[in-house]
Amino acid sequence: MRRIFGLVLAVFLGQYSVAQEAEKKESNGELHGNFDIQAQYYNIDSAIGAPPVDERVRMNAFGNLIYTKGKFTAGLRFESYQNAILGFNDLYRGNGIPYRFFSYKMDDLEITVGNFYEQFGNGQILRAYEERGLGVDNVFDGVRVKFTPYKGIQFKGLIAKQRWYFDQSPGIVRGFDADFQVNEFIEPLSTAKTKISLGGSAVSKYQTDENTRFTLPENVLALSGRGKLSYEGFSLAGEYTHKFNDPTLDNGFIYKDGQTLFLSGSYSTKGLGINVSAKHTDNMFFRSDRDNNSVFNDVMINYLPALTRQHTYNLAATLYPYATQPRGEVAFQADLIYKIKKKTALGGKYGTTIAVNYSVVHNIDTTWLNDDLGARQGYETNFFGFGDRKYFSDFNIEISRKFNKKFKAKLTYINFIYDMEIVQGLGGKPVVYADIVVADLLYKFNRKTALRVELQSLTTQQDQGNWATIVAEFTRSPHWVIGLINQYNYGNSDKDLRLQYPFATVTYVKNANRLTLAYGRQRAGIFCVGGVCRVVPASNGMSVGITSSF
Amino acid sequence: MVRILKHFTMNKIALIVGVVLLTLSSAFVPDGRQLPGIGIKDIDGSPFNTSEISNDGKPIIISFWATWCSPCKRELNAIADEYDDWVEETGVKLIAVSIDDSRNVQKVKPYVNGQSWDYQVLLDPNGDFKRAMNVNNVPHTFLLNGKKEIVWQHNSYSPGDEEELYELVEKLSAGESID
Repeated sequence: MRRIFGLVLAVFLGQYSVAQEAEKKESNGELHGNFDIQAQYYNIDSAIGAPPVDERVRMNAFGNLIYTKGKFTAGLRFESYQNAILGFNDLYRGNGIPYRFFSYKMDDLEITVGNFYEQFGNGQILRAYEERGLGVDNVFDGVRVKFTPYKGIQFKGLIAKQRWYFDQSPGIVRGFDADFQVNEFIEPLSTAKTKISLGGSAVSKYQTDENTRFTLPENVLALSGRGKLSYEGFSLAGEYTHKFNDPTLDNGFIYKDGQTLFLSGSYSTKGLGINVSAKHTDNMFFRSDRDNNSVFNDVMINYLPALTRQHTYNLAATLYPYATQPRGEVAFQADLIYKIKKKTALGGKYGTTIAVNYSVVHNIDTTWLNDDLGARQGYETNFFGFGDRKYFSDFNIEISRKFNKKFKAKLTYINFIYDMEIVQGLGGKPVVYADIVVADLLYKFNRKTALRVELQSLTTQQDQGNWATIVAEFTRSPHWVIGLINQYNYGNSDKDLRLQYPFATVTYVKNANRLTLAYGRQRAGIFCVGGVCRVVPASNGMSVGITSSF
Repeated sequence: MVRILKHFTMNKIALIVGVVLLTLSSAFVPDGRQLPGIGIKDIDGSPFNTSEISNDGKPIIISFWATWCSPCKRELNAIADEYDDWVEETGVKLIAVSIDDSRNVQKVKPYVNGQSWDYQVLLDPNGDFKRAMNVNNVPHTFLLNGKKEIVWQHNSYSPGDEEELYELVEKLSAGESID
């Protein structure tokens, strides 16, 4: 209670002390925020395996408030789970204000106390972030200082604990990051075509050792170095992270060091873009609690997204999406996009876009040491060596073309190889070989009215067999969207499971406010945003969603 | 803090939020919202502060998008077909802020060039600018007047929404206000 009033007081003080200095420039502070409410009523539907829901109705909601006045900012988020909708961890329960902060920004110095999100480099050593729709939030709570002593040079330092649902992780995280934009602080290079940036981070976590079996390191250090070189359309970037001995529940309490190397090269010019990247990951679960190995990726300090394409069509996105295996993997990806010029024979009046993408992920090449009673190093690794087990591969090609002012079409072909046992941790499940074809057609009746139809097919001999999906989306700009989707598992080897999943939505949009009503069956699936995924069980019922920003 | 809060009743929380709101309401101005100054990155990954966003007193569109967001790409591709005319007629500038994180951020520039977009593109890989602008999800579009004040915003995209957006841009360009 006292601390809340501390915050209120701080806001007051901030308002008055800052006011005197900033009066000339800005006479008023500003208050803005946003809301999101998702409620669902659950029907009983044993055919699709929807679990019974005792409460019948569940709801997730949050509201953010941010107040800014000159150099001063303060904010908070109220969250409510009564109880959390299916697919969210039950540890999200009840109400609270798990996010509140204030910060003050001077010319070269910025100080934040309370909660803050942060990323060092590409995040492979440290990233606190939120994906509210998936229930991911490992926000820090502590103190952060950013210092910019000279243009092109920035230092960041933080000491904080991480959020764990409505509680905190036991470990303390200490982090330091330095970033150098070489062309900015070396004056003669400011106009050079070659641009260089360099950076480095050190992150250490502290957690007391109460283990009776092993003597564990209470302080665990990780170091990271990164660089980027670009010349006109070319660029080359890389980051290497090394984590010193970190025995945890995730790695079976071995003392082996962990490492991640990420390399990426790009070339692009008008109408053409190419990106090739590679990543080696070994023993890189890095959490602020060594005894937490939750599948919800709780209290991760680092961020290791999959080096694969993120699909958006329903069947491709939610049946067999790949998620990084932080214990060890080697991944390669190549991505190409090419636009055939408009007003050519092949390109048509508006041009035609072709996108091709390939990614493949294998296990790392390891030799087991069987030293559980000795040094407990666990295994040795052959750097960037492909192991003989393929976890995942994805080849996909997409062609899109606008035929005239009324009609646009996009055709997609995807081929997946997906090792369910590894990626989903389901022992005894097969490797899935699947082909997906999608036709996405958009027809505009007039300036404001349009119909979009997706015809999707997935064929496979394994797992649940073939699926067909149809999506129809009727839109009347600027306010109305009516959507219908039906998924049909017509190829299931079990005839009783050849089920249909019809689902209808009506959405009303006004400026930054949106209201959605939905009714129907939802298939169990894996829902991903950014680099993280969440398994959502099947459900049947009605839902209401409201989002609003002001 | 969090542990203490768990024992709060709804009433107490509502009271506290109310107190904070009252404290601030005297200073609350609904119109003429200024752009927050947040440190993000330009399309090449160099630091960029959002207070540097400008268009010489002409209207600005800020559109939050991601390479994995189909409606976002539909919106930006639809505007791309008309963009030359928009710029010529009103001097408007579109700034496309990608919220792609490190999974996809290295594909943003190849994608933008591949599609031949003429927009200014910024990268917000940890959602700092998105959070400061109170964006729930993408696509989310803001319209700024010549004084860089946010005068309109819109969530989601349906084909044809760009027509409404452009009517508003024309109004701003002609010096009219938006209600």
